[in-house]
Amino acid sequence: MKKVVILGATSGIAQQVQRLLIKEGVELLLVARSAERLPALAADLETRGAVMVATFVADLADVSTHAGVLAQAQEQLPGFDTVLLAYGTMLDQEKCKHFVPWALRELDTNFVSAAALLMLFADHFETQKSGCIAAITSVAGERGRRSNYVYGSAKGALSLFLQGLRSRLLAAGVSVITIKPGPVDTAMTDGMTKGAMFADPKEVAKDICRALEKRSPEILYTPWKWKYVMAIVRTIPEPLFKRLNF
Amino acid sequence: MATSPETIVEQRSAAPQRADSSLSWGRYPRVQHRAIHKATWTDELPRFLSGADTGSLLPHGLGRSYGDSCLNDGRDLVDCSRLTRFQSFDAERGVLRCESGVSLAEVLEVAIPKGWFLPVTPGTRFVTVGGAIANDVHGKNHHRAGTFGHHVRKMAIYRSDYGLVMCSPEENSDLFRATIGGLGLTGIIAWAEIQLRRIWSSRIDAETIPYRSLAEFQRLSSESDEAFEYTVAWIDCFSGASPRGIFFRGNHDKKPNLEVRNKVGPTVPFVLPGWMLNRYTMKAFNNVYYGLKSTGRKAALAPYDSFFYPLDGIGRWNLIYGKQGFLQYQCVVPETASGVIEELLRLIADSGMGSFLGVLKRFGAAPPAGLLSFPRQGLTLALDFAMRGEATLRLMEALDRVVLSCGGALYPAKDARMSAPMFDVSFPEWRTFATYIDPKLSSSFWRRVTEKNEKS
Repeated sequence: MKKVVILGATSGIAQQVQRLLIKEGVELLLVARSAERLPALAADLETRGAVMVATFVADLADVSTHAGVLAQAQEQLPGFDTVLLAYGTMLDQEKCKHFVPWALRELDTNFVSAAALLMLFADHFETQKSGCIAAITSVAGERGRRSNYVYGSAKGALSLFLQGLRSRLLAAGVSVITIKPGPVDTAMTDGMTKGAMFADPKEVAKDICRALEKRSPEILYTPWKWKYVMAIVRTIPEPLFKRLNF
Repeated sequence: MATSPETIVEQRSAAPQRADSSLSWGRYPRVQHRAIHKATWTDELPRFLSGADTGSLLPHGLGRSYGDSCLNDGRDLVDCSRLTRFQSFDAERGVLRCESGVSLAEVLEVAIPKGWFLPVTPGTRFVTVGGAIANDVHGKNHHRAGTFGHHVRKMAIYRSDYGLVMCSPEENSDLFRATIGGLGLTGIIAWAEIQLRRIWSSRIDAETIPYRSLAEFQRLSSESDEAFEYTVAWIDCFSGASPRGIFFRGNHDKKPNLEVRNKVGPTVPFVLPGWMLNRYTMKAFNNVYYGLKSTGRKAALAPYDSFFYPLDGIGRWNLIYGKQGFLQYQCVVPETASGVIEELLRLIADSGMGSFLGVLKRFGAAPPAGLLSFPRQGLTLALDFAMRGEATLRLMEALDRVVLSCGGALYPAKDARMSAPMFDVSFPEWRTFATYIDPKLSSSFWRRVTEKNEKS
């Protein structure tokens, strides 16, 4: 892993991942929506000793920007070997469940746009017969819960999409990593009551960087305990699960 | 259509975290905040300020102030600990600019490999740059380098009334002086530029020298202040009228070695039962510590973390004081007043309460960097006391009388209980300072030490 494209570079998890990657001498292209915040991120990484940080402003939820993103990656970071998709939104489920435009927006950003963007990178890596695609989904995508099923279904769909992509790209030697964090203490979750379940984004970033470096495991639960928690959660029979209030 | 999804995204990220009972380092007093707003980007700060009621908000960093200067009971905090981006570093001149939530540990990680060090460092590296400015922290080199505030070149401060204000010793110098040591009340610091200090090695060429009386400590201080950049002493507060202790002094080594050390050791897993730290265990600890260090003069090369930050090696060491937490008593007294330190130690011995750790240092003559800066010429003594209710508070009031009678002062960053009249006498500039306070900002400490004075 020498050159990494980060899609959604201002995300709380992505920021910590970037700080770890530059310590290993990795070159970066940061893609994010905010033209004000992106230069602040680049300056921070450069001050921390980054070899090379390029930036590109794009609203990735808008599919029409995607072709430009791939072109920028090829131009600013030629020969890039890894792409990490880190953007996402978590709108208020209470509003999402009754108001269709909000639910669609949540599904669009977290699944439709993500899938569309990764298709372009998949073709690129498949042609060059190498590369690594990693995307942050969520443990919330494993079962539909009444408190979070709109966000959860988008992340779950993205996990399935990645699973299929992994199988397709096997022959081309391209790795696909599905990153499933538990709840993480970042700006995205600031509206929630945060208990001991919430992980430090620095810890999550460490796990992600290790997985990117080793291109394994293909499905990363982070922090690690979620692998076992979700193994149990998946076995709860539906008649019981639907009654659980969480 | 009520609201577009875009606005909802904004509202969500602005949503305050549910009010919780966050604590200061001393875990006393216990307060309840109404809400904690997390700032992730400096561009969010104006929104927090404009949305706040008068006197309702306080910027908060890593919460390493011991008492209530980082708390805002019944009101709100702006948590700045995610504002951790560096903006620039001129490795030729040692000028570093960063957001206010960057910790001193992170500054060292960036600075040391390029041959620079913090100009002044307190006894923990887990404080933010904003907090170091707001408390105008001092270190073992006060006699040479003054306080942290002396090395700040420039700051950008968000205020609810004037917006973003740049200040430096030349520009808006009055607000600059008020903000240094200003306890976070003069506005929210977005970023600051500091002048670092050149080093060849991050290691300290250190000496430890046992002493057996205060006169001996003073003699060691006098002979060391010229030749050593760093001086400090540990004092055994159980050792009676002729106190014993260990004097530490050192300089940055000359042999090139720019090693960064950021390993932390074990963490105290939970709040230990209060009884574990009692008069006998503390006395035993002090005896063992003295026994280990008192075998004569010793010189050694110390990594900077073990020289400056011995307590950072134990995560959450504050939990050893039990559920009720602890108070730190740090005073400064003029050296011309004789017998004051002895009198303080006698009062502590008589009370039957002891301090696990005692620190003694001579401050130099540097003029204060800020309006409310604590350090002034004289001796500073810092002691930790487990909180045991009334008895602990009564002992501290007795200590206050001695400190006040000789014209001394207490350190706001460590204080949770000094009286309003005491603050009035020992920080006479506070009324001038008060005119620079941002109308939206306040703290538990500030209300405690000024509200009674304002009424009188």
